[in-house]
Amino acid sequence: MDINREDIKHLADLSDFALPESEIDVLGRNLQDIIGYISQLEELDTDNIEPTYQVFEMENVWREDEIKSQDASREQLLALTKEEKDHQIKVPKVL
Amino acid sequence: MKIANRKVTAERLVRDALEKARHFADYNIFTFLNEEGAIKKAREIDARIAKGEKVGRLAGVPYALKDNFLSTEGQTTAAAHILEGFVSPVTATAVEKLEREGAIMIGRTNMDAFAHGSSTESSYYGPTLNAHDRERVAGGSSGGSAVAVALDIVEFATGTDTGGSIRQPASFNGVYGLKPTYGTISRYGVVAMASSTDCIGFFTKTPDDMNLLMEIANGQDPKDLTTLPDYYDESEAKKIKKIGIIKDFDNTSVDSEIRNALVSKVELARSKGYEVVEIEMPALKYALAAYYIIVPAEVASNLSRYDGVRYGFRAKDTKDLDALYKNTRGEGFMPENKRRIMVGNFVLSSGFYDAYFLKAAKARTLIVKEYEKAFEKCDVLLSPVTPNPAFKLGEKTNDPVAMYLEDAMTVPLNLAGVPGLTIPAGKTKDGVALGLQLIGPRRSDKSLIEFSKELV
Repeated sequence: MDINREDIKHLADLSDFALPESEIDVLGRNLQDIIGYISQLEELDTDNIEPTYQVFEMENVWREDEIKSQDASREQLLALTKEEKDHQIKVPKVL
Repeated sequence: MKIANRKVTAERLVRDALEKARHFADYNIFTFLNEEGAIKKAREIDARIAKGEKVGRLAGVPYALKDNFLSTEGQTTAAAHILEGFVSPVTATAVEKLEREGAIMIGRTNMDAFAHGSSTESSYYGPTLNAHDRERVAGGSSGGSAVAVALDIVEFATGTDTGGSIRQPASFNGVYGLKPTYGTISRYGVVAMASSTDCIGFFTKTPDDMNLLMEIANGQDPKDLTTLPDYYDESEAKKIKKIGIIKDFDNTSVDSEIRNALVSKVELARSKGYEVVEIEMPALKYALAAYYIIVPAEVASNLSRYDGVRYGFRAKDTKDLDALYKNTRGEGFMPENKRRIMVGNFVLSSGFYDAYFLKAAKARTLIVKEYEKAFEKCDVLLSPVTPNPAFKLGEKTNDPVAMYLEDAMTVPLNLAGVPGLTIPAGKTKDGVALGLQLIGPRRSDKSLIEFSKELV
């Protein structure tokens, strides 16, 4: 399939990237090549084959439903943000 | 490891390691050197030894930590701009286990940002040079760790292997590198790439060191519910007698010097009485395409958390929250990160999900079954790690598919969850290191390590 500039802008939007015009053409060519390559899977016969999403052999690993102390405190976590006010993380206006 | 004999102090070992790290500074191996912290810890260990206290199995052993392992020492950046400034308040389980035994982290190692890459060229901090040829790549994504061990700066280094990121740089630099069975070592506190294939492992100079590290690091962790109880299933262990060679493995042709290295190991094994059989695994040639669908899908999901709000880099002067997200991610990710996230969102998007993601998940089933069938006919597979030896710096940076093709022989193991051990296999006529990989059934890690001694 062909990937055009609008497709790239749409995928960048889905991915939450600001994409400068200068990057669109190169990324477009790259994605065209990559999608061209992965499309060869079409050849493989997968009729009546169930999908595999994980290869961990154990299932339903249970734990007690109780609150445990966490590795990091609220203060330590808040200290990681760029802007903090009154124990809240500060960001630009939402609306 | 050499600390065991206690003829030197931990402080001497740590100072020597730091000195070597500085000596090789132009290889760009480290993103952080733990000068003060490491010496302080070494002195503590020496003091405990002087008092006759019991110390751990790795007491005073200097090691290098791939920069995607969280610990409170230095920034954890995963060599990505978007994590710049992030000093973790928590420590990865693997790091805790190593340090409980007295290992001392002397530095954090360079890598492809977020472990997306096969050469350590896609690092925000620039490429790491190959240990044996400065014009060639270190391999990746754990390039810094492989070179730190190959140049004898440290006794061992940690790595992560999502599609070959331990085995390939180990091969490119001539050291041992193990990708364990999926779930053997806790992933807690390691920057996630693709959760269904990510594995934690090590680089060492000997099989015995690898075994010791596996004994220390394996085991169930309540903080990672995909951890196995042990790294070796005695009940299913078979003595290795029969070696399988994969017929027509590749969808790319294998370099003649790598083929010769394989043939010479096969001859060595035959001379020691091992039987060698050819195994057909026709689905493997689709593994790379399946991998580059499944893994980007998981990457797109795992990397959606980096938004500039809670930690790391935040874009400046944004007018609203949406612009904050978009500018932070636009400026903070490397081009390869962007490609993988966008491909992931493409294969998951409505209209393409069935043709790509679901199709790849079905291909994954065929690959899992192909390994199961193979291990009915042999006890271990011996294969190339890569189609080519370490390539030149810059040779593949503008061609993502050419870079991906170098992963053709490492990714199938990650899709199946089986272990793989890179062993050194000499050098090319130009002096470039070569390696081969031993592949076994799930939880045969210890057998692989033991068997590798037969092929030296």
